[in-house]
Amino acid sequence: MPDSRAPERISGAVHQARRHDSAHKHVSGAAAYIDDLREPAGLLHVCLGTGGEAHARVTGLDLEAVRAAEGVVAVLAAGDIPGVNDISPTHRDDEPVFATDRLLFAGQPLFAVAAETRDQARRAARLAVVESEALEPVVTLEAAKAEGTLVADPLTLSRGDAAAALERAPRRIAGRMSIGGQDHFYLEGQIAMALPGEDDEVTVFSSTQHPSEVQHMVAKVLGVPSGAVTVEVRRMGGAFGGKESQGNLFAVVAALVAKATGRAAKLRPDRDDDMIITGKRHDFLVDYEAGFDEAGAIQAVKMTYAARCGWSADLSGPVADRALFHADNCYFYPAVHLTSEPLKTNTVSNTAFRGFGGPQGMLGGERLIEEIAFATGQDPLDVRKRNLYGKTERNVTPYHQEVEDNIALEVIEALEASADYRARRAALRAANAEALVIVRGLALTPVKFGISFTATHFNQAGALVHLYTDGSIHLNHGGTEMGQGLYVKVAQVVAEEFQVDIEQVRISATTTGKVPNTSATAASAGSDLNGMAAQAAARTIKRRLIDFAVEHWGVPREQVVFLPGRVRVGNSEMAFAELLQKAYAGRVSLSSTGFYKTPKIHWDRAKGRGRPFYYYGYGAACSEVAVDTLTGEYRVERVDILHDVGKSLNPAIDLGQIEGGFVQGMGWLTTEELWWDDAGRLRTHAPSTYKIPACGDRPRVFNVEILKNAENREETIYRSKAVGEPPLMLAISVLHALSDAVASVAGYKVCPRLDPPATPERVLAAVERLRAAGAA
Amino acid sequence: MREEIRFLLGHEARVVKALDPTMTVLDYLRQEEGLVGTKEGCNEGDCGACTVVRVRPRDGRRLHYEALNACIQFLPTLDGCQLLTVEHLAETDGTLHPAQQAMVDCHGSQCGFCTPGFVMSLFALSRDRAAAPSETEIDDALAGNLCRCTGYAPIARAATRMYEADPRRDHVTAREPETLEALTALRDHVTLAFGQGPRRFFAPATTDALADLLTAHPEATIVAGSTDVGLWVTKALQRLGTVISLGRIDELARVVETERAIEIGAGASYADAAEILARHYPDMGEVIRRLGSVQIRNLGTIGGNIANGSPIGDSPPLLIAAGATLHLRQGKKRRSLPLEAFFLDYGKQDRQPREFVEKVSLPLPPAGSVFRAYKISKRFDQDISAVLGAFRLRFDGNRIAEARIAYGGMAATPKRASAVEACLTGADWDEAAVARAMAALDQDFAPITDWRASAGYRLQVAKNLLRRLYIETRDPATETRLVGDRSLAHA
Repeated sequence: MPDSRAPERISGAVHQARRHDSAHKHVSGAAAYIDDLREPAGLLHVCLGTGGEAHARVTGLDLEAVRAAEGVVAVLAAGDIPGVNDISPTHRDDEPVFATDRLLFAGQPLFAVAAETRDQARRAARLAVVESEALEPVVTLEAAKAEGTLVADPLTLSRGDAAAALERAPRRIAGRMSIGGQDHFYLEGQIAMALPGEDDEVTVFSSTQHPSEVQHMVAKVLGVPSGAVTVEVRRMGGAFGGKESQGNLFAVVAALVAKATGRAAKLRPDRDDDMIITGKRHDFLVDYEAGFDEAGAIQAVKMTYAARCGWSADLSGPVADRALFHADNCYFYPAVHLTSEPLKTNTVSNTAFRGFGGPQGMLGGERLIEEIAFATGQDPLDVRKRNLYGKTERNVTPYHQEVEDNIALEVIEALEASADYRARRAALRAANAEALVIVRGLALTPVKFGISFTATHFNQAGALVHLYTDGSIHLNHGGTEMGQGLYVKVAQVVAEEFQVDIEQVRISATTTGKVPNTSATAASAGSDLNGMAAQAAARTIKRRLIDFAVEHWGVPREQVVFLPGRVRVGNSEMAFAELLQKAYAGRVSLSSTGFYKTPKIHWDRAKGRGRPFYYYGYGAACSEVAVDTLTGEYRVERVDILHDVGKSLNPAIDLGQIEGGFVQGMGWLTTEELWWDDAGRLRTHAPSTYKIPACGDRPRVFNVEILKNAENREETIYRSKAVGEPPLMLAISVLHALSDAVASVAGYKVCPRLDPPATPERVLAAVERLRAAGAA
Repeated sequence: MREEIRFLLGHEARVVKALDPTMTVLDYLRQEEGLVGTKEGCNEGDCGACTVVRVRPRDGRRLHYEALNACIQFLPTLDGCQLLTVEHLAETDGTLHPAQQAMVDCHGSQCGFCTPGFVMSLFALSRDRAAAPSETEIDDALAGNLCRCTGYAPIARAATRMYEADPRRDHVTAREPETLEALTALRDHVTLAFGQGPRRFFAPATTDALADLLTAHPEATIVAGSTDVGLWVTKALQRLGTVISLGRIDELARVVETERAIEIGAGASYADAAEILARHYPDMGEVIRRLGSVQIRNLGTIGGNIANGSPIGDSPPLLIAAGATLHLRQGKKRRSLPLEAFFLDYGKQDRQPREFVEKVSLPLPPAGSVFRAYKISKRFDQDISAVLGAFRLRFDGNRIAEARIAYGGMAATPKRASAVEACLTGADWDEAAVARAMAALDQDFAPITDWRASAGYRLQVAKNLLRRLYIETRDPATETRLVGDRSLAHA
């Protein structure tokens, strides 16, 4: 008989709002990041020695003073690498750990120095004498376009005859949009600590989203088998894509020092070095041309996305690809031709950053909408709605995937109503007509973001689940925790499967020793992939337990039911742990791996056709801003968001991703400006000069809603949807609201073409430009 | 001379005899004490991950709690203080402090790396404010803490939520009497002389002792809040020789209001001076509200902002426009000069060897005068100004009897806009005067282009601020400000 005291529901089931598993440790300082781990005796501290020129031929590297400096134990340069001097994550052999004959960007590592203290290592690193002959650096995208060197293969997406359709279109616009980059500004900088082991073994604690890649890179550079290298990460203090490939360098160098010296080695660059050395979000130059009719219906689109990739390929090829995949955002282009240009420059090697090119792609698409709205004198929202993908027709993307799950219109219209868009827009415009200094702008923009790695083979994941006879569970999987709440979501899945309280599920650090050959925790796919893998592992064990119960108690399968905290077998119930003890005694394995690969997806890059995405995530945001037309200063006064996360695995975590992603995107499009001097040196390499949003920049009114009744139509983990990246692009509404405010100074006659980052300086320049145009 | 540093770490006494004299508090905590809850995010006082709270007795019987950046604070400045870190907040049974619990309840942490700093800022806020703060007060309290994950909304919610319990009812408050007693026992008036050989950290307790030390060590680096000098160490890796700290000299930290003037001692922090300045010059208060962060304003001093002569310091233009006088001392010799005369050229100030800034004084606003100051930066909070304009117009009816106008960020030094002043003085305050003044600004300044702003933007904005000034003084109905107390615009 059911025990009346038995719980009705487990704690930490799926769909429950559950706090982050480490929250209590975050707030008390007990959550250990790599720099907080107790340092092994004899630990060496490592500092990278870098070159100062953006482009130069190295003619000499004198490290004598470095070697002679106080506390220095080892100095390693390219010649000291036992394996291969390359860490290109896309296997292009274009990313040396240490530069040899060429310096390709200002801040490129040439050597590493290991010393007894971090201070000694930092001081010593500055004593190197680098002799070089300066070469002309390619710094800007304009210069890179002129130069024309690509770091990766360009992509073309094409459907219909765009050139002919453009020719035929009644109206046409053309222009160029410049889009700025973005530093990740994870609060915990890059760091790795390596412990030398027996023979050729090494263990590396690395702040990385991609332990498997770090493992492979360490093996390659050390010239040892991957099996000799173990990489572990319990948590990162933020990553945002900045630790997808950028952690490799630090991990590899720490491992090099550890193996060279036989001592543990830690490499934690200072914030300035981190920002100077590591890649960022790609800046883009978008050349666009669109043909449309008088009603604003798009007929043809032709766009070229040129990306500033920096000195090596890194992930730039796929980033530029994803820009093209999102150049349509939610809109149907009847005829379209899109090309990417992943261009080489003598700047940091740009890399993954939340959205992975998608946000830049979307900005181009939204610029088209804005241009068409001004050209046809319509509310941009009406132009947006007119051009949305259909449900069963007008639903083919430039990459020939059918959009099967389109809910953009529903999301837009729900938000339009809840944010009172039309009435506010009218009121605002009336007020602007009278305004002397402060004007206001409003914009509502949608998001459709494709979920899956576009490299299909990355869409796989593994997990490892152990059950112990006391009922406790050890959970491990290939996903990494960077604050996004992946660990708690996957733990919820396992708790749900076994119907045990989440407190019984022990979350453990990600390590290549438990789950091998993992993909980066990226592409928003962390819980989709690892949640399914963990579910598979749990179900394997469950199946064994049911098999055991059927045999042991002689009941039919359907009479073995996992209830909250207990199991019903026939007419009797037992505690979960009791079943485990019985199963153990019956010699049943209580441990299993789990594996998952995303179904349905395929992609032929050469043809530009396929189904790269399993499904899409949707959302919309409505932002209102106030702009000071004397200074260009602005403030985001109100933001309303409606966002689709399918059936949320954890609404509290998802809400945090939406709010946080929005503000991060807002920073990218507003105050975050990367500034290179003429010599190609990045001059904004610390929070004193690089301004991410502060608390006071959060929207004054911030209404964020998760879309209700929104089960994923695909069979994802408990019908949830990915949430990591899509919300960042909700911030595009801020850029368009700023543009709307600026447009008021010329009576909404001229498209402001406000390029991000829309710093106060850029906004004032746009105001002045429009005033001049309005007066002309 | 006393050669050891004495302070309380949490509630435990510490006596430190031999460490690098410019070791930062952050390095001390993490490396020497193994207290790794306090994080290093930027090592320059801009991200707040290292926020700790310093507790000092004030007015004899009360403890004063100040959030500050451990990464740019030298260990010897803790002498005579209590230091609280994130490890010290929970009760002994492990019950989280209301600031911590509210952060958990509101999902205020994601990656968690900035969280200890936020918790300490919230804790400090709870000591400053008895009742739940307004949204603006929350923003001000947290301006010095960067979070890259949450977008701040849940943290701001936590700032309110923690007041649902009484955040002051904690073991820290309960133990205040014993803390006060312990700190009082640590107070003395002898000079602290920490460190050996050529690298020594002096912290005299009186101005006379300071004057003597400087006479003996003319090469010494004078440190007040170390919000600038701290970076010489953490970023430029300078090994400072003799350092003389103003931090223990009570008489230098005074802010005094007389019948005609406000006198600000060289050791007074922005926080110390903010209230009196804001009372008489509301716009100075508004600029100081946005200058740095709570952590920086608790450390940084107006005296230091002047003495280091930066062209982008915010306080010099404010004070110059207000007609401030700088008071310098060398041994027993004192002299005074108009503040603007102190700034000779880029990096060059009129300070003689052995001389130090003792105080700056500014007159109370003259009758019939209007004072406005505008700080323009990429980000409103905790950002160095691209341009700062400060204006004092004294009116005789509609005629401008006197114009004092100073800008920061526009030249190699903080500088008066003499051509603009000349153009306005004696003129009627009307559209034509504004237009002439804006044109005259070209004669005063030829700013540079850098990562904060281009020369063109600086010039344009500097001119437009004259228009803002005109609108604010002439047209009370017009909205001119996006942040701060908007009533200040037309006060």
